[in-house]
Amino acid sequence: MTKKTMPYAIELRDISKRFGAVQANKDICLHVAKGTIHGIIGENGAGKSTLMSIIYGFYEADTGHIEVDGQRVDIRNSEGAIQAGIGMVHQHFMLVETFSVLENVMLGAEGGALLKNGIGAARIELQRLAQEYSLDIDVDAIVEDLPVGLQQRVEILKALYRGARILILDEPTGVLTPQEADHLFRILHALKEQGVTVLLITHKLREIMASTDNVSVMRQGEMVAHRETAHTTKEELAELMVGKKVRLTVNKDEANPSQVLLSAKHLSQFDSQGVKRLKDVSLELRAGEILGIAGVSGNGQSELLNVLSGITLMDEGEIDFAGQVINAKAPKDAAQMRDLKMAHVPEDRHKMGLVTGFEAYEAAILGYHNSDAYNGKVLMNRKAMLDECNTRMADWDVRPPNPHLKTANFSGGNQQKIVIAREVEQNPDVLLIGQPTRGVDIGAIENIHEQIVKLRDAGKAILLVSVELDEIMALSDRILVMFDGAVVGELDAKDADERTLGLMMANAFNEEQSGGQTASAEATGAHV
Amino acid sequence: MFETLILMLDATMRVSTPLLFAALAGLYSERAGIVDIGLEGKILGSAFAAAAAAAVFGSAWVGLIFGILTSVSLAMIHGFACITHRGDHIVSGVAINTIVAGLTVTLSMHWFGMGGQTPALSGDARFMEITFPFAEALRDVPVLGLIYSDMLSGHNILVYLAFLMVPVTYWVVYKTRFGLRLRAVGENPHAVDTAGISVAFIRYRALIVCGILCGLAGAYLSTAHNAGFLKDMSAGKGYMALAALIFGKWRPVPVLFACLLFGFLDAVAIRMQGVVIPGIGEVPVQAIEVLPYVLTVLLLAGFIGKAVGPKAIGRPYVKERA
Repeated sequence: MTKKTMPYAIELRDISKRFGAVQANKDICLHVAKGTIHGIIGENGAGKSTLMSIIYGFYEADTGHIEVDGQRVDIRNSEGAIQAGIGMVHQHFMLVETFSVLENVMLGAEGGALLKNGIGAARIELQRLAQEYSLDIDVDAIVEDLPVGLQQRVEILKALYRGARILILDEPTGVLTPQEADHLFRILHALKEQGVTVLLITHKLREIMASTDNVSVMRQGEMVAHRETAHTTKEELAELMVGKKVRLTVNKDEANPSQVLLSAKHLSQFDSQGVKRLKDVSLELRAGEILGIAGVSGNGQSELLNVLSGITLMDEGEIDFAGQVINAKAPKDAAQMRDLKMAHVPEDRHKMGLVTGFEAYEAAILGYHNSDAYNGKVLMNRKAMLDECNTRMADWDVRPPNPHLKTANFSGGNQQKIVIAREVEQNPDVLLIGQPTRGVDIGAIENIHEQIVKLRDAGKAILLVSVELDEIMALSDRILVMFDGAVVGELDAKDADERTLGLMMANAFNEEQSGGQTASAEATGAHV
Repeated sequence: MFETLILMLDATMRVSTPLLFAALAGLYSERAGIVDIGLEGKILGSAFAAAAAAAVFGSAWVGLIFGILTSVSLAMIHGFACITHRGDHIVSGVAINTIVAGLTVTLSMHWFGMGGQTPALSGDARFMEITFPFAEALRDVPVLGLIYSDMLSGHNILVYLAFLMVPVTYWVVYKTRFGLRLRAVGENPHAVDTAGISVAFIRYRALIVCGILCGLAGAYLSTAHNAGFLKDMSAGKGYMALAALIFGKWRPVPVLFACLLFGFLDAVAIRMQGVVIPGIGEVPVQAIEVLPYVLTVLLLAGFIGKAVGPKAIGRPYVKERA
């Protein structure tokens, strides 16, 4: 790192942090030049979030210190960080949902014991910020009524209102559509023009390449490399993150779809508040094909998975599967769907896929625990369970291969392997799989993707729900896009590109390009 | 008929007073995210301490101070368990109720030897009724005279204080910095923490206010409404206040009306005691006394509007990312 005359906006020196046996951060050094966008990239669990929490005063470092503008600062809590001019936009927004934008911004910076003194000043300041950085927002709107992109804007305003000169964003685009993300990056560039220093934490290489000036890579708690973004490549960064060459695409042959294994017709579902969450969704799953469902999280994908897998009952429509017609009058629950050879890898492995307190060999048969293979006459056949778990752990490269370890203690990728192995090894006809690689490191992603393709080639039908566009485009043979509970478009994977999918996900495709490409008339008709 | 109504409204004010203090106490606590089922115990503890101190020192005001100190101490125990040690709010609250129910009787037997009661209070050891100016002279003015002289005049100072606490609470909760932080900490403590404010400090302060108000409720029972402490004299008022708090959707003004409604039902129940209605017979008092709870259950079941409490209520704040 070359010595510059101007002090760095923020400098970390030998920061270490240990949680019990886990060394979350080890001797981290980081220099961030003033007025730049600095990316920090690393796999989940690489220690990025811990490091940011230390900068923002959530944790105290065991050793090392922080300098801001060349001055050593002692940050013990968030208040200290705010005083040092550091603001943070958290991955999960730190907003009071029932408060107005104004109240959220004022919280902690009220300007006096009585609110009325601060409100006027806050309004004027927010107006100024809105103009300067094109952060327009209705300050009297209630936060929970705002779309996610605007909620994030409130977080940015909160930081700026407190006079932040260093803004940390933790995985800011996870919840945004590509268009919203583009807007965010325009805002970040505007901030940079005004001399604000931005620290961008992400695991998405695309964002790093597109918007940062410098990038630092973390791996297993250590800072392994610093690069100027202009002088590096996606491939190099990916390699640094993982520590070995990775393939960012999936090798697969042309799909060979044959007979329809499952067909859903006009599925609709209401939630407990009477809001229609699933709107007239029809689809067909064919043997030997991967059908991808793209969409921003929360646009009906979860509801679709739940209805198809029998977890919730549809209110309207029907499913033809394995020679049975399933509808509101003739329902089948999740166990009955399983018996018809439908497997389901739920989107959230902690909530639905695993009992985290169970040992691996127990978790590995959940849902199939009544099968004769695991039961003796009266008691369960522990030996059969253990044998099977050992075999699977070897086949799927689950680490550590210890069937007695509690599932909570495996890493995300290995937990996911346990869940996917459980469902796939039962040799289902149809596999529903939600967010197969969420929170999974790159090495395991590759492995999981290979297994999904292998299953397709064995003539199974696969429904893949993912919010990761890269994953949808790499794996799917055919893509449906969901928006607001309805299917708003269908594409052949060969014709799909990020821009088209992004526009469809924001339901802006039809406006921009009326009479859209291959958007199915039936589906768009259902929505518009 | 009108006179009967005025008398019942007069009684409603007296019966509602401890409910109102306690419900507002609960409002501060629960708006800050701390479930307070221990309102009952704090009222009872304060009632005993106030009566005992008033009997010993001969002053209702000294009694009030002791009542408040006792109640605030109990609130701090609750805070220590729930805030500092992230314990279960219900368990801590129930423990306080149980301990106080036993301890008050034990201590009063030990100190006063009167079978769990404190000596009867009189004179300065009780809060006396305040008569408004010209109350006698204006009694004969039609309608308004009765309202002024019989309903509004002639209560002790704590009654007026309780009703005054409603606008005060409204102002504190919605117009001050403390109120903003209080509401925020009950909805999303993470937001408060990241804004550089101590979650624990706000919650402790909320519990101190809660303790003071419960102290007033207890002192009212033993040194104003009655003349001395009786075993279990809070008689479920803490739970009813909690019901009123939910019924009033955690907002000061609706909580006032909920307390008045419950107080009125109580006044009706007392009035109906032993009254024989033709065709029905003697009205079972319990049937009226149970109404506040029935109404609250109906509310919670979603039959009368919707009661949505503070989002983070009952959850210990752990400084960890979700």
